[in-house]
Amino acid sequence: MLRALPRDGDNFFRRASFASAGLISVLMFALMASLVVGAWPALHKFGPGFFFSDDWNPVTEQFGAANALYGTLVSSFIAVLLALPVGLAVSIFLSELCPQWLSRPLSIAIELLAAVPSIIYGMWGLFVFAPWFGESFQVWASDHLADLPVVGTLFQGPPMGVGLLTSGIILAFMILPILTSLIKEALSTVPNVLREATYGIGATQFEVIAKVLLPAVKGPIFGALILALGRALGETMAITFVIGGAQTIETSLFMPATSISATIAEQFNEATGQLHISSLIGLGLVLFMITFVVMGTARVLLRRNRK
Amino acid sequence: MKQLLKGVVLSCAVVGSGAAMADTVINGAGATFPYPVYAKWAEQYNKETGVKLNYQAIGSGGGIKQIVANTVDFGASDAPLDKAQLDKEGLVQFPAVMGSIVPVVNLQGIKAGEMKLSGSVLADIYMGKVKFWDAAEIAKLNAGLKLPHTPIYAVHRSDGSGTTYNFSDYLTRVSADWSKTVGTGKEVAWPKEAHQLGGKGNAGVANFVKRTKGAIGYVEFAYAKTNNLTYTQMQNKAGAFVMPTMEAFMAAAANADWAHAPGFKLILNDQPGAASWPMTAATFILMHKEQANPATAKEVLKFFKWGYEKGDNLASELEYVPMPDNVVKMVEDMWRGDIKSDKGQAVYQ
Amino acid sequence: MIATRKLKNGIFKGLCLAATLLGVGILVVILFTLFQKGLAGLNWALFTEVTPGPDAQGGGLANAIVGSVMMTLLGILIATPIGVLAGTWLAEYGQQSKTADTIRFLNGMLMSAPSILIGLFVYQMVVVTMGHFSGWAGSIALAIIALPVIISTTEEMLKLVPTSLREAGAGLGTPRWKVTVKLSYRAVGTGIITGILLSVARISGETAPLLFTALNSSFMTTNPNEPMANLPVTIYQFAMSPYESWNQLAWSGALLITMSILILNVLSRVLPRLKKRRSA
Repeated sequence: MLRALPRDGDNFFRRASFASAGLISVLMFALMASLVVGAWPALHKFGPGFFFSDDWNPVTEQFGAANALYGTLVSSFIAVLLALPVGLAVSIFLSELCPQWLSRPLSIAIELLAAVPSIIYGMWGLFVFAPWFGESFQVWASDHLADLPVVGTLFQGPPMGVGLLTSGIILAFMILPILTSLIKEALSTVPNVLREATYGIGATQFEVIAKVLLPAVKGPIFGALILALGRALGETMAITFVIGGAQTIETSLFMPATSISATIAEQFNEATGQLHISSLIGLGLVLFMITFVVMGTARVLLRRNRK
Repeated sequence: MKQLLKGVVLSCAVVGSGAAMADTVINGAGATFPYPVYAKWAEQYNKETGVKLNYQAIGSGGGIKQIVANTVDFGASDAPLDKAQLDKEGLVQFPAVMGSIVPVVNLQGIKAGEMKLSGSVLADIYMGKVKFWDAAEIAKLNAGLKLPHTPIYAVHRSDGSGTTYNFSDYLTRVSADWSKTVGTGKEVAWPKEAHQLGGKGNAGVANFVKRTKGAIGYVEFAYAKTNNLTYTQMQNKAGAFVMPTMEAFMAAAANADWAHAPGFKLILNDQPGAASWPMTAATFILMHKEQANPATAKEVLKFFKWGYEKGDNLASELEYVPMPDNVVKMVEDMWRGDIKSDKGQAVYQ
Repeated sequence: MIATRKLKNGIFKGLCLAATLLGVGILVVILFTLFQKGLAGLNWALFTEVTPGPDAQGGGLANAIVGSVMMTLLGILIATPIGVLAGTWLAEYGQQSKTADTIRFLNGMLMSAPSILIGLFVYQMVVVTMGHFSGWAGSIALAIIALPVIISTTEEMLKLVPTSLREAGAGLGTPRWKVTVKLSYRAVGTGIITGILLSVARISGETAPLLFTALNSSFMTTNPNEPMANLPVTIYQFAMSPYESWNQLAWSGALLITMSILILNVLSRVLPRLKKRRSA
C-alpha cells in the first residue's frame, strides 16, 4: 500500500496518522454523546435536582446522585490522603536513599501493584482484608477513637470491615504506584549540583530532601496527586466489593456507602424501568464530568511545571 | 521486532480460521438465582445430545432487556412480567424451576433451625422498628431461647437481584407498613432507621452475616446450606413454624394455583398449607411469540422439555424444586399454541 | 545539636524504608492469598478441560483461557496500528499545535474513563447494532481501553528519537514517512512493544467491559461472532457462587491471570534493558 505511493507517501502517511489521531476525538465525542442521550430522560425529569437529591428509590422511581457522588468523592479523597505520605516516602527511599541494585527490583514490585486486576483487589478486599481490618483496627478504633470530640464521629459504627474507609485504603494501594512513579520522575529532574552543594555544607540527607528537593518538586507532586485522584474516582470492581453498597450518606467512615461506578455495576444489569436505566447512565455522565475537570486541572498544572 | 510481527500475523491466521463448529449453540441470559441449575442441565444435556446451551447469569433485568432487544434466544427473569407487558413486547413466559429464600442470622449460642421468626417481625427488623435481638417481638416467638441484648444489623443485597424482589414481595404481603413505605423491587430503598448493610451477591451477604455479630440476612437456600449458615424457622400463613427443607418448599409449590395465573405470572410467597415454606419463588423463561429462527426456538423448547422430564434430580441435588407435572403440561400447551414461526406454524409439536 | 539532627535523619530514613516495605508487603500479601487459595487447583486439567457444572468434580478453565487470549489478541490487533499511527502523528506532525494538545487531553480522558462506561458504550454501539453479544464486541471494548496506552507510549518513545537522526535521514533525500518507519520505529521499536505489552497486561484483567459485550460461555468458543468465554467474567461468577469446586476454580483462575499479567509487566520492563545489552 505504502510502496504504491512513493511520491504521495508522505501525504498518505500523514493523513493516515492524522485520521488515527482524529479517531480518538471521534470516540470521545461518541462516548459523551451516548451518555448524554442515555441520561436525557432522567435529567429532563429530575432537572438539576438530580445532582443534589439523596433519594434513590427504584420502587417509586425517584433518583438522585448525591449518595453515590458523596461516596465517590470521600473514598477517593481518603485514598489520596493516605497514599500521599506513603508515596512520598517510597519515592524518596527509592530514588535518594536506596542503593541502585536494590532500587530497581523494589520499584518494579511497587509498580506491579498497579498491574493487579481490579477484580483481584475486590476479592482480596472482601475475603481477606475486610475481615482482618474489621477485627483489628475497627475494634481498636471504636474503643479508643470513637469517644473523641469531632474526630470520633468518623470512627463510630459496627466493625464490619467494609465501608468508606476500607474502600479508601484499597484505593490507596491501587494509586500508590502511579504516585510513586510520577514523584520519582520529578525528583530525577532535580539537578545533582543542588544535592551536592547542600551536602557540601554538612547537611544530613533529611535536611537536603526536606529543604531542597521537595520544595523544588512541589508543583509536579500536586499534579501527580490530581492524576491519582482521577484514577481513583473511576475505579469499579474493587470498590463494588468493599464499599458496602448502601445508598446513604453517613458521617462515620465505618459505615457502608456506595460510589458512582459501584452503583452502575450493581444495578445496571437488573434495572428495567427506563428512568432507572437513564438515571444510572446519568450517574455515568456525572462521573465523566468530574473526571474531565480533574484531568484538565492536572494537565494545566503539569504543563505549567514543564515550562 | 520482525520475529514478533510474524508471530502476531501467524496467531491472527489461527484466530481467523477458528470458524464456527457445526454444532447447535443456544444463547440465553438473565437471572442469577437459577444459574446453577441451568448450568448443570446444560452440561448434562450437552453430553446427551451435543447441543450447547450457553446460559449466562447477567441479572433478571438484563435478561428482560436482552430478550426484548433480541440479542439472545431466551431471557430469564426471577420477577415475572404482567400479561400486559408480555403482550406489548410480543413475549411469552413460563416457569422453569423453583427455589427458596431463607433468613440467616449470626448470634452467640444459637444454632441453625433454633430461632423462630415471622414475616411481620422480619419486616419490622428491616424497617428498624425492632432494634435489638432481645426485643419483645422476637422473645415472644422464642420462649426457650436465651436472646442477647445485641443490636440487629440488617444485611441485604447491594446489587439488584431477583432474590431481593422475592424477599421484598413477601414482606409486602405480610406487612402493611412495609408495603406502604418500601414496597417490592429488585432493589428497594432500605429504611434508614435500621442498621443497614449491603453485600454484593449471595456471597457478599453470606460473608457479612458470618462476620458481624447480631447480623441477619436473606440468601438462597443452596447458599445457606453449602456455607453452613445459621438459618431460622419461619411462621407460615397457616400459623405453623416450619424448617427450610425440600418438603416444605415442595408443599408451598404444590399449593400454587397455576391454572388461574395469566401469562404464568404467579408468585409463590406466603402460600397456604400447614407445611408450606413461606418464601418460595419460581423463576421464569421469556421468549418471543414470533420466531424468525424457528429451528433455534425449537431447540430451546426441547432443552426445557428435557429439564422438566430428566432434570428433576439434578435440580433437587442443588436444592431447587422441580415443576410439578400438571404445570409442565400447561406450559407445553402454551408452547404449542403461542410460539409460532414467522410463517405462522407452531414451532413445538 | 548534631545528635538531634542525626536522630531526625535516622527516623526519617526509617520511615521511608517502612513505607517501601509496606508497599511491597501489600503485593506479597495479595500474591500469598492467591497462592494459598489458588495453588490447589493449578493442574493440567485447568488448561485442558472446559468449565464444569456446579457442584461437580473436575473440569478446568480451558474455554475461558482460550477465549480471553483470543479477545485480547484481537483487541491488540485492532488497537496497535491505530495507536502507533496516532502516536506518530502527535510526535511527528502535531507536536505543539492546538489540535494535538486537544487530542492529547482527550486521550488522557479516555485513559482514565471508567472501563464500565466503555463497556456500556460498546454495548450500545456494537451489540445492539449486531443484534447479539460477540467476541468481536468484547475485542472492540478491550481495544478502546488499550488504545490510549499505546498512543501515549508511542508518542513518548518517538519524542526520544534525537533530531539528528531525523535530519540525517532527511539529508539523504529520503521521504519523511520512510525516515519515520525505517529509522525512528527501528530505534524505538522495543519501547513501542513495551507499551503494547503493558496494554495487553492492562486489558487482560478487565471484567466490567466484557460483561455487556462478550458475555461469557460455558463451552469452548473459537468463533468471535458468538458470545465468548473469558477468564474475568468466569472468575467473577464462580467466586460469587455457593459451590466449593467453582470457588476453587475462581481462585486458581485469579492466580493464573494475576501471575500472567505480572510476568508480562516484568518482561516489558526487562526487555528494553536486555536489548540495550545485546546491542552494546
